[in-house]
Formats: sequence, structure tokens, C-alpha cells
Amino acid sequence: MSTVVYVLLGIVAVVVLWLIFVYNGLIRLKNRVQEAWSDIEVQLKRRYDLIPNLIETVKGYATHERELFEKVTAARTAAMTSGTLAEKAKAENALSQTLKSLFAVSENYPQLRASENFAKLQDELSDTENKIQAARRFYNGMVRDFNTKIQVFPNNMIASSLGFKSQEFFDAEPEADQPVKVKF
Amino acid sequence: MYSEITANKRKTWVLIAIFTVVVLVIGYAFGEYAGGGYGGLVAAAVISTVMALTSYFAGDKIALSSAGATPIQQSDNPYVYRLVENLAITAGLPMPKVYLINDPQINAFATGRDPKHASIAVTTGAIEKLENEELEGVIAHELSHVGNYDIRLMTVVIVLVGLVSLLSNWFIRVRWYGGGRGGRDRNERGNAGAILAVIGLVLLIVAPLIGKLIQLAVSRKREFLADASGSLLTRYPEGLARALEKIGAVNQQPMRSANAATAHLYIASPFGAAGKRMANLFSTHPPLEERIKALRGMAER
Repeated sequence: MSTVVYVLLGIVAVVVLWLIFVYNGLIRLKNRVQEAWSDIEVQLKRRYDLIPNLIETVKGYATHERELFEKVTAARTAAMTSGTLAEKAKAENALSQTLKSLFAVSENYPQLRASENFAKLQDELSDTENKIQAARRFYNGMVRDFNTKIQVFPNNMIASSLGFKSQEFFDAEPEADQPVKVKF
Repeated sequence: MYSEITANKRKTWVLIAIFTVVVLVIGYAFGEYAGGGYGGLVAAAVISTVMALTSYFAGDKIALSSAGATPIQQSDNPYVYRLVENLAITAGLPMPKVYLINDPQINAFATGRDPKHASIAVTTGAIEKLENEELEGVIAHELSHVGNYDIRLMTVVIVLVGLVSLLSNWFIRVRWYGGGRGGRDRNERGNAGAILAVIGLVLLIVAPLIGKLIQLAVSRKREFLADASGSLLTRYPEGLARALEKIGAVNQQPMRSANAATAHLYIASPFGAAGKRMANLFSTHPPLEERIKALRGMAER
């Protein structure tokens, strides 16, 4: 009788230890995902901060592009206030697009292109965009590690009851995946 | 990757412990020979403590200054600085300090005791002669040394190996000049002293060799590993492969600051083509061709 009790107690102890081990491992990975996300936010914020300066500079030379300025400002606000991760990714992509058209328009203003301030802002902005890419890659790598950990057997049996859910990827621009359409 | 980090941290402590014991034994043997009794042991204890602390806390500064590296800010060279910054973000590492080495050879190394106290040094030759994605490959390689704590182990090795060879040189010299008197003392003290003295002597001869072997073992497999994880960062193994090809072609002359104690830190042997003549076994780096082949293999998969 008592041997059975001991064996059962032993099994319970092993299971509890295993649960603690898995739980701690998942917490560690989840914190890494969160840390990676804050890295992205730092870079996104840097971009938000650069945009008003950019618009001010462009305004000085290209007075007729008010509509475009409004679009950029609106896209910036949308990106800053967007809630979920998918929305955020979409809003950020829209912002990148409007910025691209802003730079395309600026090609028509030679004086603007010659401005030192503008060149510096353009340089900073493209640097920030590279850094957003870099931070995004790190984040997605961390999300992949975390998701793999909670989806593999036997962790998948307990992960959801311990309150762990798959994390979302912060996706690359959807346009990048599509082939370029050529029209004649 | 994370088990790699724990292994590296463990190895660092084991290494420091082993070297402390070796220095203590050398100190004891020294005392026996020179007739100073426990003086040698005490001196050795002091030396090994100082050595362990120095290697851990100042090893990076020693490595950087012996390479003649000067620190740069973003404004000094925005191109290199940003490259490091972006790759550090991709690797999820804090920004390391960036150093330049004024040398036409293409080379780079990383040092420090952990990612928060890490430095990356690049030669001016590398910046001038490598294309953007090639330099990226090289820096990603160095950052993966930073990320998996290779730097701590390799930096500690510099000071330890350097000190042991210094001590044994010193000892052999003292023994040489004080030989006659040492012999008489040994006879008076009897067999136990003689045996210890012999052990000490053997250790003295072997110690620099052991140091050298540790340096090799520490370095060679690590280079392949860092090549692989560096390519994971850039997602472009071809970049590093081409950089290594250029290194093979350009680095004919040894670096101005080439030094046996720090050779294992660099991405490629700082002795240049002269290094190739050394037997493969005693080279601190695997042959470039093998590394290039491994990288190209990765690209195909």
C-alpha cells in the first residue's frame, strides 16, 4: 500500500517539477519577445519624431503640396494610435508609402534637394527605416522561438492552460511579396 | 545558442581556476628552487589573484591597446557605426563600442567581458577594401562572438596565456643563473623536495604549451560557429564568404600589431600569408578555404 503511495507521490513530484521547468522557460521567452517589441517601438518613435521636422523643412520650399503634407500627418497619427499589431503593421506600411511619395515629390524642387537640412533628415529617416527592419527581424525571430516552444509536444498540452498564446509576427510590407506588374 | 553561452561562461571559470592552480604550483616550485620557502607560494597567490581580476575586468582594454585601436563616435564614421548599430539591433544586443585599427590588412576582432561591455575593432583596410555586404558579414561574425560570450573566454585567455609564458620564462632564467646553489639546497631537503622540484620543472616546460593548446582549442571551432550564426544575422552567407576570399588575397603582410597572445581574437590570422606556413595544427584559425566552403554550403541549402 505505502509503496503505491510513494510511487504516486514520486510521479506527482516529477510532473510538478516539469511544469515549473516549462513555465519558467516560457516566461523567459515571452519576456524576450516583449523586450524585442520595445526595441521596435524605440525605432518607430524615432521615426514619428523625425516626420514633423521633415514636413516643416519641405513646406519651406514646396508650398503647393499641402494635400500631401496632410496625408503624411494623417498617416503618422494613424500609425501612432493604432491598437493591435496587425493594424500597427498596416498603418506603418501606409506611412512608409506616403513618405515615399513625399520624397518623390521633393525631386521636383531642386532648391529643396540642395538643402543641407533636408539631406540630413532624409538620411536620418532612411537610417531609421533600416533600424526598424533590423528590430523587426529580431522581434520576429523571438516570436518564432516562442511559438515553436509552445507548439511542440508535450508543451502544447499545457501551454494554453498556463495562459500562453501564440504571439503575432510583425509582418514585412505585403507589397514586397507581390511581383511587380508591368504595364505597357 | 543559449547552451553555448552557459558553456562559455563555465569554461571561463574553469580556465581561471586551472591557471590559478598552475601559477600556484609554479610559485611553489620557484620557492623550492630559489630557497625562498613559502615566499614563492605567497607571491604566486598574489600574482594569480591580480591576474584573474585583470583578465576579467581589463582584458579587453589590454587587447585593444595592444592592437593600437582607437575608439570612434558616430560622427567620425557614420557608415561603419550605423552598420554595427543595425546589426546589433538585429542580433538584439546592446550597441558595442566601435574601434578603428589603422592597418591596410583586412581584419577585425571583438572583445569584452559580456555584451554590455563589448568592443568591436575593425581595420581601416577592411573598411576601404570590403563592399557593404562583405563588411556586414565580417561585423555580424564579430557580433555573434559577442552574443555567445566567446569574447569573455577569448579575452581571459589572452592575459592568462601571456602571463604563464612570462612567468615560466622568468623562472627558467632564474634557475639558470642560480643553478649551482639550487642544487645544494635540493640535496639538503631530501627526496620530497626533489620530486616536487621535478614536477615543477616539468610543469614549467609544459605550461606554455598547454596555454597554446587551450588557445587553439578555444579558437578554431568557434570561428566556424561564429561564421554560421553571423550568416543567420545577415541572411547572406555569400557576403562573409567573399570577404574571406578578399582577406586571403589581400592579407599577404602581417599586421603591424600582430601578436601571438591576441592572434586568436581576430576573424582571420593577423600574421597574413606568413601564417599559412605554420603547420595547420598550430594555427589559431581554420584555413580560409574551409570556412568559405562551409559558408557556400550554407547558401545552397
